[in-house]
Order: sequence, then structure tokens, then C-alpha cells
Amino acid sequence: MLKILKYSIFDLLRSRWSYVYFVFYLILGFVLFFLNNDVNKAIITLMNIIIVLTPLIGTIFGVMYYYNSKEFTELLLAQPIKRSKIFMGQYLGVSLSLTLSLVLGIGIPFVLYGLFKSASIFDFGLLIVVGAFLNFIFVALAYNIALSNENKIKGFGYAILMWLFLAVVYDGIFMILAIKFKEYPLDKFALGAMMFNPIDLSRTLILLKLDISALLGYTGAVFKQFFGTSKGLIISLLILCLWVLFPLFRMRQKLLKKDF
Amino acid sequence: MKNFLFFFFISLTFFAQTKTITVCPSCTIKTIKKGVLSANDGDTVLVKKGVYKEHLIQLSKSIAIVGENYPIIDALGNKESIFAIKADNFSISGFKFINVGMSFTKEIAGIFVTNSKNFVLENNIFQDDFYAFIIQSSKYGVIKDNKITGHAVNETSSGNGVHVWKSSHIRIEGNTISGMRDGIYLEFVQKSHIFNNTSKNNVRYGLHFMFSHHNEYYQNEFKKNGAGVAVMFSKHIKMHNNTFHFNWGTASYGLLLKEINDADIFDNIFEQNTIGINIDGCNRIHYKNNHFIRNGWALKFTGGCYSNVFEFNNFMHNAFDLSYNSRLNNNKFEANYWSEYTGYDLNKDGIGDVPFRPVKLFSYVVNQTPETLVLLRSLFVDIINFSEKVSPVFTPDNLKDNTPLMNPVNPIE
Repeated sequence: MLKILKYSIFDLLRSRWSYVYFVFYLILGFVLFFLNNDVNKAIITLMNIIIVLTPLIGTIFGVMYYYNSKEFTELLLAQPIKRSKIFMGQYLGVSLSLTLSLVLGIGIPFVLYGLFKSASIFDFGLLIVVGAFLNFIFVALAYNIALSNENKIKGFGYAILMWLFLAVVYDGIFMILAIKFKEYPLDKFALGAMMFNPIDLSRTLILLKLDISALLGYTGAVFKQFFGTSKGLIISLLILCLWVLFPLFRMRQKLLKKDF
Repeated sequence: MKNFLFFFFISLTFFAQTKTITVCPSCTIKTIKKGVLSANDGDTVLVKKGVYKEHLIQLSKSIAIVGENYPIIDALGNKESIFAIKADNFSISGFKFINVGMSFTKEIAGIFVTNSKNFVLENNIFQDDFYAFIIQSSKYGVIKDNKITGHAVNETSSGNGVHVWKSSHIRIEGNTISGMRDGIYLEFVQKSHIFNNTSKNNVRYGLHFMFSHHNEYYQNEFKKNGAGVAVMFSKHIKMHNNTFHFNWGTASYGLLLKEINDADIFDNIFEQNTIGINIDGCNRIHYKNNHFIRNGWALKFTGGCYSNVFEFNNFMHNAFDLSYNSRLNNNKFEANYWSEYTGYDLNKDGIGDVPFRPVKLFSYVVNQTPETLVLLRSLFVDIINFSEKVSPVFTPDNLKDNTPLMNPVNPIE
């Protein structure tokens, strides 16, 4: 498995897209700090970008990588290697290289602009962790979709749709439900709804750390009580882990039955 | 009248047989109470450094009571005021008042003044007192440069720093108040000036006034108060050059205006408050040259507000610039700077060519269903805001700034 992982990473590095991705974050980080020296503000802007872009890039990269390396995968499958090892290797390769680009790309400007001196190191750490989770989650989801669809166009279509659903449509549905049922106490519902979508969960985690909770009034108090404590943080991170593990589990089930 | 009394007072001190009575722990007169008893109008009672365990010092004479090196008056938690005053032309300065007792049924203060005129209360220190000042039915008073600190925990068991009731022509100046219930509380107070005060970390409001008309508030700082500053049921108020900042919490305002008419609010700074100004049923208020910086809501309208004018204000980096609860708008927004403005200025006259709409669709939705606020900064929210901006359906059509400025007005660092 490690060999395949290594191969995947080198393959991605050779294709230069990881570099492009890395340089993009690097430039973004530097520009943000050049424009304002306030670490807190930079974190909010970065969050806006990471929450939308990381899932999108993860999804597209995952699907693309699967279809692109399909011939090589088939060659590997002819060898006496376990299927799960081949795909786990590839999956980890893609996720790790994306995460590496993200962490280095954003990390370098932060360190150079004196992050360690500021108090927001914890917020920044959370941002990086959340970004990494989003990478792992969306590459796993993308692999699932790709495995289930032989047709490339269909696969891409579903993958983009999945991203669109989680990033935009889900929030829309939540908003409509909240407006429809506004006579009822909605704070628990809102909490639950945010838990079931990795993008929303990541956003809420970071926003509450940046103390926007005061805007939320009563709901904010409920949220703060949950997310503000270490227990809430641990539960949220566990749920993010589940979001990685569940697609992986399904991928495995799919693999065992799939006829290549 | 004021001047006449002043000269009268001055001439009294010059021509009358006035004397200075010294009080100290080792003198013949050992208590302030005795010192006050033996004084006549126009005398000075000089209190030397020491600890005086006294309370309920009745004062009904025109005398000056002066503390040297801050003598301490310790009320030992007794449920009586330290000074109970009903007199004209007096002054108290240079004391340290501690441990005035708390009561649920009675108002007890370090200095309790009723039905008095022409007084100066300055340079005193108050520590852990129930109320510091209570001024009732009085006129022409000055409360200046006092330092008031308390350790209030909740609203029911704590008192106010400066509490003024049914008075007029009071000057509250240069005081520092922290850890009380309300920093400054005014009710039925007319024609008074409140300036250069700092009111912070109070449990409820930094400044709280009701039914107090024709007053002026300026150059005060209100910081980290439980609920900010509340201004209610008053007419012809002037508030300028004040700073309201870091009033951050689920029930916190920079400034709460309720039923205020014909006021002027100029040159104030509202920074990092949950709600910059909460405006409820206020008419004909002129907002000019104010800075709204990084608040949750810069302005939140709750209730019928008509004929208000907002001009030359800076709205910078607020989560919401404006929340508006009605589809009718009769207020005027003109020539403000909005950091969210994305229009252009072709003729370079500093005025944007496209009107700016400060009410976003999302703030309208949040008004209806507060729980949806968890979607703040979601991509979906940006999309619906954009579509509403292009063609307004839910937000009042005429609520817009037709001449938005391209650059901030007098930006502050």
C-alpha cells in the first residue's frame, strides 16, 4: 500500500497540478497579509475561500485522478495485490498531496508574518485541520462516485452535483425549512442540520471560535454551549472523522463486488 | 442667577467670619460628624488622612468638606448613606468612600443629595459601595473627576455609579465608573451635560437615561458594558464624540435608542458591538459623521422609525450594515461610505454612480428567523444576496443610498 501511495504522490507531483494548487494558496496567503495585517480578518477571508474551494478542488481532483489512472489501476489489478490496498494507496496519495499543498501554501505566509507571536494560532490550527478534513472527505466522496460510474461525463456530473448540493443547495433547503417552521424552537434543529453537512460543520466550528456567536442571540448561546466546550469540539471532529470513514467503508464494499 | 449666587458665595467667604475646622484621629474633633455639627455656613471642614468609621452624616449647611490625602470613610456595610445632604452651596472633595451597605428595599449611597442647589462633588474615590451618588430633586450640581469602582455581580443586588433623579442643570464630568449596575443613570433629568466620562465593565448599562430631555452627552467612553448604553423616551438629546466599543454579547448594544425624538447623533465611534445602534420607534434623528466599525449589526431598526437622516457616516466591515423590519421606508440615507459598496465612479467626483442598498436579503431573512444566522458566510447566502441586490423583491425598494461615497469620511486609525 505504501508503495502505491508513494507512486501516487510522485505521479501527482510530476503532473504539476499540486504545485499550481500550492502556489495558489501561497500567493493567496501573502496577498491577504499584505493587504491587512490583522490575523483574525485574514483567517475569516481564508475560511471563506477554504470552505468553498477545498471541497471543490478535492472533488474534481479525486474524480479526475481516478479516471486518469484507470489503465494503470487495471494493470495493477492484474498483479497479486489486494484491491483495497491499491485504492487506499491511491486515495491517500491524492488526499495527502492536496493537504500538503494546502498546509504549506497557507502555512508559510502565516509563519513568515509572525503567526507564532499572535494569539490566533489556535484558530489558524483549527482552520488547517478543518481544511485537511475537507480534503479527505471530498476526495473519498469523489472516489465513491467515480467507482460507481464507468461513464466519465456522468461521474464528473454527479461529483459536481454532490459538491453543489453540500455547498449551496443544502443551506438553501435548511433556510427554507427554518423559515417555514419559524414558530417552533429551531436551535436544536439548526445544530443538527449543521452537523450533517461537513462544509457547514467546518464553517460553524471556525466562526464560533472567532466569536460571531454573540450575533446569534439565543441560538448562539446553545451553539456556544455545544461548540465552545472541548466536548463539542471533540464531537465535531469525530463527526468529521465519520465523514471520512463512512465513504471509505462504502468504497471498500463497492470494490469487493465491482467487476473491472 | 447662577453667577449671582457664585459671587454671593465668594463674597461670603471673603467678608464673613469663616473658619476652618480640622478633623483628624488625634485632634480634639475626631469624627467628621462632629466637625460638620460645629461648622457654620461658609466654614471649611478639613479632614486629615485616616480611617473614619462613620455613616449617616447629616448635612444641611453651606460648607466645604475637604479631605486631605484621601481620608477613608468606612461605612462598615451599614444600611445608611455616608453623607445625607439637604443643603445649598456645599462641596465635598478628596474622600475615599468604602463599604456602603447593600439593601433590596432602600437606596443607599456614598453621597445622597436631596432638594439641594449649587454643589460640587469632586475628586472622590468610591470602592465597593452600593450606590456612589444619588442626586434627587436638585439643581446646579457638579459631579467631577470621581473614581467609582464596584464588584457588581448581578442586577438585583447592585446599585448605580451616578444616579440622578428629577433634577436639572447637572454637570457630570470626567468620572471613571466601573463594575456597577448602571454607570450613569438619569431619570427625569433636564438640561444637563455629561462629558469626558469613562464607563466600563458595568453589569447592565454604561449610561442609562429615561424621560430626560434637552441633555447633551459628549466625549464619553462606554466600553465592555453588559448591555451597552440605553437611551429611552427622551427628546432633544445631543450625543456627540462618544466612543461605544466592545459591548459584545448576546443581549448587548453599543447604543439602544427607544422612543427618542429630535436628537442629534454626531461624530461617535461604534466599534465591535453586537449591535451598533438598535433603533426602536425613533423619529427625526440626525446621524452624521459616525463611524461604525466591525459591528455585528451597524444599525438595527425594530419598530416604526420615520424621518431619520443618515449622512456622512462610515460603515466599515460590519457583518450587517443595516437590518430593517418593514417594507416602508421614510428614512433618508445620503452620502455615506459603505465598505461593501462595489459600484464605480466614472466622473471621479468621489460619489458612486450606482446607488447602494444597505439591506441584504439575508438580513431580512435573519430578522424573520434568527436561527438562519448560522448560515452566515455561506456560499448560498452570498448568492441570494447577490440576486436580491440585482433586483430587490423583499427589501424596501427606496431604502438606498443614492450618493454613496467612494472613500471614508475622516477615516480614523
